[in-house]
Amino acid sequence: MPVDRRSSPENFILIVFLAALALFVPLAQAADSTNMKLLTPEELVKILSDKSAKTPKPLLLQIGSQMLYLQAHIPGSEYIGQGNSAQGLQNLGRRVSNLPKTTFIVLYCGCCPWNHCPNVNPAYDALQKLGFTNVKVLYIANNFGVDWVDKGYPSAKGER
Amino acid sequence: MKKLGIVVVIGVLVIGWVALRRAAPNRAGASKLAPDFSLTDLSGHPLRLSDYRGKVILVDFWATWCEPCKQEIPRFIELQSKYPEQLEIIGISMDDDVEPVRAFQQQYKMNYPVALGSPKLADQYGGVLGLPITFVIDREGHIASRHIGATNPTVFEEEIRRLF
Repeated sequence: MPVDRRSSPENFILIVFLAALALFVPLAQAADSTNMKLLTPEELVKILSDKSAKTPKPLLLQIGSQMLYLQAHIPGSEYIGQGNSAQGLQNLGRRVSNLPKTTFIVLYCGCCPWNHCPNVNPAYDALQKLGFTNVKVLYIANNFGVDWVDKGYPSAKGER
Repeated sequence: MKKLGIVVVIGVLVIGWVALRRAAPNRAGASKLAPDFSLTDLSGHPLRLSDYRGKVILVDFWATWCEPCKQEIPRFIELQSKYPEQLEIIGISMDDDVEPVRAFQQQYKMNYPVALGSPKLADQYGGVLGLPITFVIDREGHIASRHIGATNPTVFEEEIRRLF
């Protein structure tokens, strides 16, 4: 008796599994703010411009592309490397290796619209796994140009 | 007689609408000459913007890690195939390294030249602080429009056809 493979329970389970996988993969690559502690550009500008010693200044790490960093970055921030690359994560681990786990760290990218950013998620996860408890991610809705530079917030060019 | 009047009014409205669309100022500044550049593409060939004067040019700033850019590229490949004589697409990759770009170009069978960009070139084009950014350049070398972010493919086709 021929078996209708299309309607077998095994195939149904396989299809459901593949559909779930297809949904999961792109979401895993893009920025997912579900568990992240976020900071808006306005909030960060306020923190950076506050001269009182009450507000601790964060360690600012840019985890996007170098091409973007060289064109414009937040003054005082350090270029680390892309969060979605092994090299970038290695650089990140090295940079924070001697820091107290309570260090206030702000990660930012701004390469593309938030939902498409491939860098912030892996970098944030890496710091979580390393035990850092005070990490925030700068929420850049569109890109660094639109949400930071065009708003007139402080920015610098070049390697530093 | 009344019908004729209606037809005339509709005709005037249609002509006016077409004229307005043609004359619509671009977001990058009307009639600004596109900054010329001289690069070497990934195949080792010289790539100079001004060499394509006479064609409509689409300069696409993109990167291999940029998901919206990757969604646009197959459509650019189609457009380049469809209008080989009138259109030239130029891909400027903002990747930090050339190797992923080379692999991407082969995998997607990109049928237009691709070169690596630089912060200097990006500055000349007003800064490429987010991807993709695509410039449509008319046959005389003026920037007709600038599109930030992924753009509906039909928008590009309508726009370039108006410039042919």
